[in-house]
Amino acid sequence: MSSKTAYGPARVLPGEQIRISTNPDTEPYWDAAKEHRLTACQCADCGRFRMPPSAYCPECSSKAKNWPTLPGTGTVFSYVVCNKNPANGEDYIYVPAVIDLDGAPGARVNANITGCDAEDVHIGMKVTVEWTPIQDGWVLPNFRKA
Amino acid sequence: MAWAHQDKTAIVGVGATDYYVRGKSWPRTINDMAGEAIMNACADAGISVKDIDGFAYYSTAGAGYVDKFDTALLMETLGMPHVSFSATLTSGGGGSVGAIGLATAGLMNEDCKYAVTVMSLQQLPQHRLGKVFGAAAPNPENSFLQPSGLVGPGHLMAILARRHMHLYGTTQDAFGEIVMATRANTHNRPKAVRKAPLSKEEYEASVMLADPLRRLDFCLETDGAVAVITTTMDRAKDCRHKPAVVHACAHGGQREWGRAFGWMGMPDPYFASAGHKFVADRVWAQSGLKAKDMDVALLYDHFSPMVLMQLEEYGFCEKGEGNDYVLAGKVRYDAATRGGVNGGTPVNTHGGNLNEAYIIGMTHVVEAVEQVRGTAINQVADCEFALASGGPAALPTSSLILRSA
Repeated sequence: MSSKTAYGPARVLPGEQIRISTNPDTEPYWDAAKEHRLTACQCADCGRFRMPPSAYCPECSSKAKNWPTLPGTGTVFSYVVCNKNPANGEDYIYVPAVIDLDGAPGARVNANITGCDAEDVHIGMKVTVEWTPIQDGWVLPNFRKA
Repeated sequence: MAWAHQDKTAIVGVGATDYYVRGKSWPRTINDMAGEAIMNACADAGISVKDIDGFAYYSTAGAGYVDKFDTALLMETLGMPHVSFSATLTSGGGGSVGAIGLATAGLMNEDCKYAVTVMSLQQLPQHRLGKVFGAAAPNPENSFLQPSGLVGPGHLMAILARRHMHLYGTTQDAFGEIVMATRANTHNRPKAVRKAPLSKEEYEASVMLADPLRRLDFCLETDGAVAVITTTMDRAKDCRHKPAVVHACAHGGQREWGRAFGWMGMPDPYFASAGHKFVADRVWAQSGLKAKDMDVALLYDHFSPMVLMQLEEYGFCEKGEGNDYVLAGKVRYDAATRGGVNGGTPVNTHGGNLNEAYIIGMTHVVEAVEQVRGTAINQVADCEFALASGGPAALPTSSLILRSA
């Protein structure tokens, strides 16, 4: 039994329906996104990455953080093909994916994949960040097939 | 090393309301249904509701993650003279069977004499579990999940299932077999929501909600309540039924699982798992038993792939072999022999969350009790040990072994 349904183009969810909130631990990530700069939370002491950003480094308990500029590329770790816009239930093909970020081992983000048909998304696929304006002036990283 | 409280407590009473399709229990309230389940469990145990002096919950005492239970209100309306133990496991449904360990903690500490564990679930339109993540206001943590449109538990579980398919060649056929095999156990259950046998064609015609998961891979959405009474072994001997002895019980999890599908940071092989390895190892260490020693397995089945992954983590088969194990018919119950099929252990002889009812794992505890009592509708012959599990969910998950007295 194959799951190769012909879904057609994978779309990014409309930014105008998306809201986020931040706290002092996470805000630098979102501030960087506003500048179209993909980053991840890195421990300033031991160098380990963690996402989402949190108060302490789980490896060394340090609170010091770096926010390095990453290449903006990554690899699909896993994904799901969805067919209804969660905001209104209308037909809408989108692919939420878990992305392993290049340059930040262990750090992942969850984002939509676009730039190909949904049925062509696969684990191991290389992707490049693109930016989706969302509510309140924030910007969300999504990913396009590289 | 054997668990210090092994065989010191027992489940002595089980009770439930009718099971309603989501939203159909109104105008009953969650406290109305909780009260009926508790009183039915007391009647089953042969004790008065006024004997209850302990409450051991899970899911943070939440009914469907929106409403909350309140010991004060329940003991007030049910007329319990006093309460000397009132506690809950944290997080969500993953703690379901672990709540029996919490009850044991209260009993062995001599805080209480009879502890009730209750779940009452009512999904009115504004309280629908399937939309709970999407409906939640953005907070700093879920702002790393929700914007991608991962708004329902099925979306999240599909991502774990997809990774399992990638790593091990697991097929949707196996997910379908889990649904069909456990559906075959409900035709003779008067209270089951889905009783009609399910064919492969019907399964494959089920709408794809979160590819690779179809609607029928999702559990039911049910209203209703279930309660169970746990007490010490000396008191259990005076109750109506043969005690269902608490032989091992664990809750928790490891950092690699953590917030799980609310996080998506789990490294392989934890990502494509049900997050049960830690509690599985603990109950086997507590009991000295292995999967092969279990006569029946009541595995938390909010989504069919999570049954397959638990089979691997509990050691019914090796990691990555769940697909072949399931497709060999090994989760089926054979009514003719009252046993397993092809050397397997029967799974969810009650139909599970997928087919009978979804009261966030409590029906699995009831079935485990009835199996070791010897009174189950789909009774496994000479059932000595029953395994029941809670979750996957964000840590804790939980695990329980009941033993026939």
